[in-house]
Amino acid sequence: MTRAFKILTFQASAIAAGALIIGAVADMARAAPAAPAAVTIGNFTFNSPALTVKPGTTVTWTNADDIPHTVVSKDGAFKSKVLDTGDRFSFTFAKAGQFGYYCSLHPHMTGIVTVKA
Amino acid sequence: MLDDLDDSRRGFLKCMAWAGTGALFAFNGGIGSSIGLDAALAAPVKHASIQPFTFAQISDSHIGFNKPPNADARATFREAIAKVKALPNRPDFVIHTGDVSQLSRDEEFDDAGQILKELGLPVFFVPGEHDMLDPDGGKAFLNRFGKGSQGAGWYSFDHRGVHFVALVNVADLKPGGMGNLGAGQLAWLKADLAGRSSSTPIVVFAHIPLWTVYADWGWGTDDSAEALKLLARFGSVTVLNGHIHQITQKIEGKVAFHTARSTAFPQPAPGAAPSPGPLKVPSEQLRSMLGITDALFVRGHDRIALIDSTLSA
Repeated sequence: MTRAFKILTFQASAIAAGALIIGAVADMARAAPAAPAAVTIGNFTFNSPALTVKPGTTVTWTNADDIPHTVVSKDGAFKSKVLDTGDRFSFTFAKAGQFGYYCSLHPHMTGIVTVKA
Repeated sequence: MLDDLDDSRRGFLKCMAWAGTGALFAFNGGIGSSIGLDAALAAPVKHASIQPFTFAQISDSHIGFNKPPNADARATFREAIAKVKALPNRPDFVIHTGDVSQLSRDEEFDDAGQILKELGLPVFFVPGEHDMLDPDGGKAFLNRFGKGSQGAGWYSFDHRGVHFVALVNVADLKPGGMGNLGAGQLAWLKADLAGRSSSTPIVVFAHIPLWTVYADWGWGTDDSAEALKLLARFGSVTVLNGHIHQITQKIEGKVAFHTARSTAFPQPAPGAAPSPGPLKVPSEQLRSMLGITDALFVRGHDRIALIDSTLSA
């Protein structure tokens, strides 16, 4: 008796989990999430200085230099902490627009993210 | 008299551009000569009222830096301090031209302060861009090393007839630009210099060079021309900078420019590498590329001498 109850419970959980997964996949398909994008910082440059992404894209900057850098948007939309070697900073661009940015330590380092559907 | 000074200097201006890793330039009667020492001479001073004295410049200690070519920037900073202590003429004080720390961390500033205490001398600071990285954009630095300063950390003081001006060109940097002084600081500088006799020798120190050494790497200060305009009427101006971790020097008009070595790591000559990142030299070579600068005011010799020495010398 006890054993049968356990099996039943297990089956119920499995079905519930399956339903959750299917639901999540359906949500993802509807929202058509943009693939994440990456920018490496190396040799005192943003290696994709002009990046075009879809709304909703998360862009991650990784500092591959052995000198710290920052990622700061010109209009104040985002601002990283200081990124030492290997540190990352991510920002999700919800809306369309052009987002110029620079390194506040080495301001000759500049880049731009263009967000359009 | 100032015209005479101009004439006497015109002849050697061309000798001074890009003097490499250090030679002693001696100027007598307007003739420049170079002798094979690890030293360089800057602006002459024609004022017998100035008492002879020396001060030392240290720069770019980057406490916390621990990557190639220097696994321990604290150790080389200690060696630089020992070098200052061993100078034959005890300096009246020391200036640190910025990048005290690598990441503006409390422990980095604390260790720098602790090591500097071994000097037993007053130290005057300006911040580098690495000292502005705390969440408050430079407060951690200013609380320790900028007491009594104005704005982002600028100030001036007088010592034995010489007027010293500490400028900050690493605050509020503009996208696409280089170093920046800003309107507020320039207005302060104008007021600070107003009323001073043009015969007062001036020493200006700031982190990023106040002339464009290499624009592609941001090695210059966008509005430095504004500051130099305010300094133009003075007969002797010496500008001491850091940031580029190597010696460069030039003379323009009555202004002598000089950058000091780092105590942490060397950087490549302008354009000599894909980026200005640390020059990864072999460890046995490192100390020959790090060093200090000793500035010597000599009464009766009409000159200010800047003598660079390395940690290996």
